[in-house]
Amino acid sequence: MTQVKMTVNGKAASGDVEGRTLLASFLRDNLKLTGTHIGCDTSQCGACVVHVNGEAVKACTMLAVEADGADVKTIESMANADGSLNTIQQAFQDHHGLQCGFCTPGMVMSASALLKDNPKPTVAEVRHYLDGNICRCTGYHNIVKAIMAASGQDVSALAAE
Amino acid sequence: MYNFDVEKPTSIADAVKALGREEAQPMSGGQTLIPTLKARLAMPSVLVSLKGIAEMQGICTDDAGRICIGGGTVHAVVAKEAAAQYPALAGLAARIGDPAVRNRGTIGGSVANNDPSACYPAAVLASGATIVTNAREIAADDFFEGMFATALDEGEIITEVKFPIPEKAHYEKFIQPASRFPLVAVYVAKFADGVRVAVTGASENGVFRWTEAEDALSGNFSADAVAGLKIDGSGMIGDLHGTGDYRAHLIGVMTKRAVAALA
Repeated sequence: MTQVKMTVNGKAASGDVEGRTLLASFLRDNLKLTGTHIGCDTSQCGACVVHVNGEAVKACTMLAVEADGADVKTIESMANADGSLNTIQQAFQDHHGLQCGFCTPGMVMSASALLKDNPKPTVAEVRHYLDGNICRCTGYHNIVKAIMAASGQDVSALAAE
Repeated sequence: MYNFDVEKPTSIADAVKALGREEAQPMSGGQTLIPTLKARLAMPSVLVSLKGIAEMQGICTDDAGRICIGGGTVHAVVAKEAAAQYPALAGLAARIGDPAVRNRGTIGGSVANNDPSACYPAAVLASGATIVTNAREIAADDFFEGMFATALDEGEIITEVKFPIPEKAHYEKFIQPASRFPLVAVYVAKFADGVRVAVTGASENGVFRWTEAEDALSGNFSADAVAGLKIDGSGMIGDLHGTGDYRAHLIGVMTKRAVAALA
């Protein structure tokens, strides 16, 4: 076992892990931050997306020991300080951007990374950016609509296709 | 996953030393290796993470005008920082996998793994790049030796890849939407002294140069020049996504599109 120390959602976190322990497992099992979901085990679905040093990564495809010393942000850090939903989360609720909700943590973390780099994306850019986030309810249209709305753009013309 | 120790060297010299341990395996971004380990298709005793080696990070230009990319440089950085100097290469990097994969996966890892459907090997081969390791420099033409096989020795690490910059180049990728790997992709690079065409995703021997197309395009750089060329489907990968004949057909189509994009 190796001890790892990192900052998770602004707080110091540490724990003993095996070499093979995934960052996603460390967050879920050691820190009990179960908002980061594990959907596929093949690095394709994106339900486990978190931010490591500001970059979106798949927490199921990074070892916990590789995150030693890193600044990690998970879905649990996304709400506003008073506990209310942040802009992206609120937009997902307003535009019915989730059905079963399993993919939602990864979708919100990816959306947040996208809007940081590209505050006013086009619909095509949103869809391209979400290449690695799979929604098996196939609710993509409203997910894209929610992200467009969260970016402050008018989505009234984005009719269901 | 079977368990393993993890070493995190901070210099190339320490990495080479760590790789001397029994059953040691280097890992760069891990975007292929970690899924492989999860599937228990590999069982190293020691995983040597190359992520913490500062001297393998980043992009620069050498005296010969080549763009030199550290082996540990992630795709997202190449997509951004190579865009002005070598847009075709940056465009390729920008379309590997998905954004989260591009924030971890590295050029050295992709080239060393030589997946028969990987994107980077096509750019390396078509550009006539040089692969720099901890021990030597290897020309792209001598590097790729077949599916998942390269000239790298046991414990040898790609520290840098040096790309000569063509007059113009284009990477045309027919994506397999589930894996986001190319089903077939073609990289066309036009230099003052000729054209190089590399094909990935198609052959059972991995990335290869399509020399007939190179000869035709070196004389007449137009999509018409390759319109009549045919590739035999035997020796091409056949799977549930497409037969060997289908992939052979796609090579011609992708090559024409790449040339048309540059004309």
